[in-house]
Amino acid sequence: MTSGGLEAGGQIPGFIVKKIEKEVYEIFIGPQHPGSGHMRIIVRLDGDIIVEADPDIGYVHRTMEKLSEVREWLKPIPLLERMTIIDACNVTLPYVNALEKLMDKKPSTRASYLRVLLCEINRVASHLYGMGIFGVFIGHSTMYMWAFGDREVFLELAEALTGARLTHTYPIPGGVRRDMPQELPGMARRAVRYMRRRLEEYRKIFVDNPVIVKRLSGVGVISKSRAVELGIVGPNLRASGVKYDVRIAEPYEVYGELDFEIPVFEEGDALARTWVRVEEIKQSLNIIEQAVNWLETHKGEPVIAKEDFDKLPKLHKEVYEREGRVKFVPAHATMKIPAGKAVARGEMGRGEIFYYVESDGGITPYRVRVVTPSARNAIVFKHVVPGHTLMDLPAIYGSIDYFPPESDR
Amino acid sequence: MNSERIVEEVKNVLGGLAREIAWRKGYLEVLVEATNIIEAAGKLKSMGLDHVKSVTAVDYPKESKIRVTYHASSYSREDLMGFIVGLSVDLPRDNPEMPSLVSVWDGSVEFQEREVYEFFGVTFKGHPDLRPLLLIRELAEKRVLRKDFVVKEESIYEGVPFKYD
Repeated sequence: MTSGGLEAGGQIPGFIVKKIEKEVYEIFIGPQHPGSGHMRIIVRLDGDIIVEADPDIGYVHRTMEKLSEVREWLKPIPLLERMTIIDACNVTLPYVNALEKLMDKKPSTRASYLRVLLCEINRVASHLYGMGIFGVFIGHSTMYMWAFGDREVFLELAEALTGARLTHTYPIPGGVRRDMPQELPGMARRAVRYMRRRLEEYRKIFVDNPVIVKRLSGVGVISKSRAVELGIVGPNLRASGVKYDVRIAEPYEVYGELDFEIPVFEEGDALARTWVRVEEIKQSLNIIEQAVNWLETHKGEPVIAKEDFDKLPKLHKEVYEREGRVKFVPAHATMKIPAGKAVARGEMGRGEIFYYVESDGGITPYRVRVVTPSARNAIVFKHVVPGHTLMDLPAIYGSIDYFPPESDR
Repeated sequence: MNSERIVEEVKNVLGGLAREIAWRKGYLEVLVEATNIIEAAGKLKSMGLDHVKSVTAVDYPKESKIRVTYHASSYSREDLMGFIVGLSVDLPRDNPEMPSLVSVWDGSVEFQEREVYEFFGVTFKGHPDLRPLLLIRELAEKRVLRKDFVVKEESIYEGVPFKYD
């Protein structure tokens, strides 16, 4: 086709201009793909540049909000922690806090410290899990092996504290289920020392590795204003220069009394998001040390609210004295909670989790709404990924530490 | 900033738009008319409530209404970070329809409005891409989070004939 318009406009004579309609290809990544998790991302490609990405995240829906409405107040706790079993205390604690707000109940200080201790153990394990998966995504298998191996240290710590590696079901309204075993402070201090040493090795092989730096810097940049508009949470938000952490913004449990910092980076790219996680592990290790120090020096207080403990029959008190675990009276299972609406939030490893709990005074919740950090980070796929090459997709996916079962609850 | 001052500020910002302002446990609930919600949301955003944490819908079949609440908070104003304001609107249960707030709160409500759409059947007018997010179409048509969708508990022997011959 000769272009009359161009010739008429005085372009180079005799030159034939062809208009080529570029083709856009549509690729379905997942749900059965090693780089997708339990979800599908539909990407439209021009060459290898992504022009549009549509996350299709509903592959593991378990109707948790609906099921919570047909179960007695305590039973959603083991259900809801299935959203993120690798972060099980953080994910259920705000639900328990919401119930406590409705009941006007305060946990004992010892219980608060135990909750914080487990939350921080969970946070370290969650970040290590995220970094391990990230290693797989960008072809760094050493990071995967190391992170998953070291995560085991913290799972064993959690097991010593609660009796379960992952699904602890530890916090209950007014307290926690078990007291700390005697050998835990020693274990925790060893784990902290070990992890500090390992983080230095992580720096050398992963975050300061020239290959990784080249691969991640400038990829998936989210500016500060864009991060706020998209409402993303957690390390991804703090990597874009917003200093927001629920533990500081609205301190819950005993976070107000502990000494820790919120790492913030300005770059907003995949590398900065990785750095935030590394720095946060350091802060969590500090908190673990402070918590075990406090727990060791303040013994004697029960791990459930005092008014609940006083009501326990003699046999239950004996079990508590002997084994340090709380044996419940059956009334707990069918307790009623005063009518009202409550909101509670907490900072999980991946970011802020939000609960809305409404009671009509019955034995089951009237409505439970939960918004998890991954549910709020999912928007990144749609608005940040376009414009990158296809090979950047795993790097962005891994760097936002997206976890499909948490998003699709 | 203490809690009385935030109530004052919200009242001043919204003017006559708020029908009801009350503290719930953990958030300040502001009830407005569905026709005013874009204006009210825009005013709250200009005050510094720059993102939405949750688009929460609750079904009240006895009062024949669905209440949609936008739990908004702030990343940019440090004194507001500790507060959550719930901008609520009551919609008729038989034809729940309201304007979408994507034009105000952008990406922080985009996916969550899709969730409310599929679970409750609330139509958000002006939403750029309103279709089910988590559920398949057949399930979304049943409006599963409404109270008249009852979860049937199945026993593990469901459908197994009770005969020992």
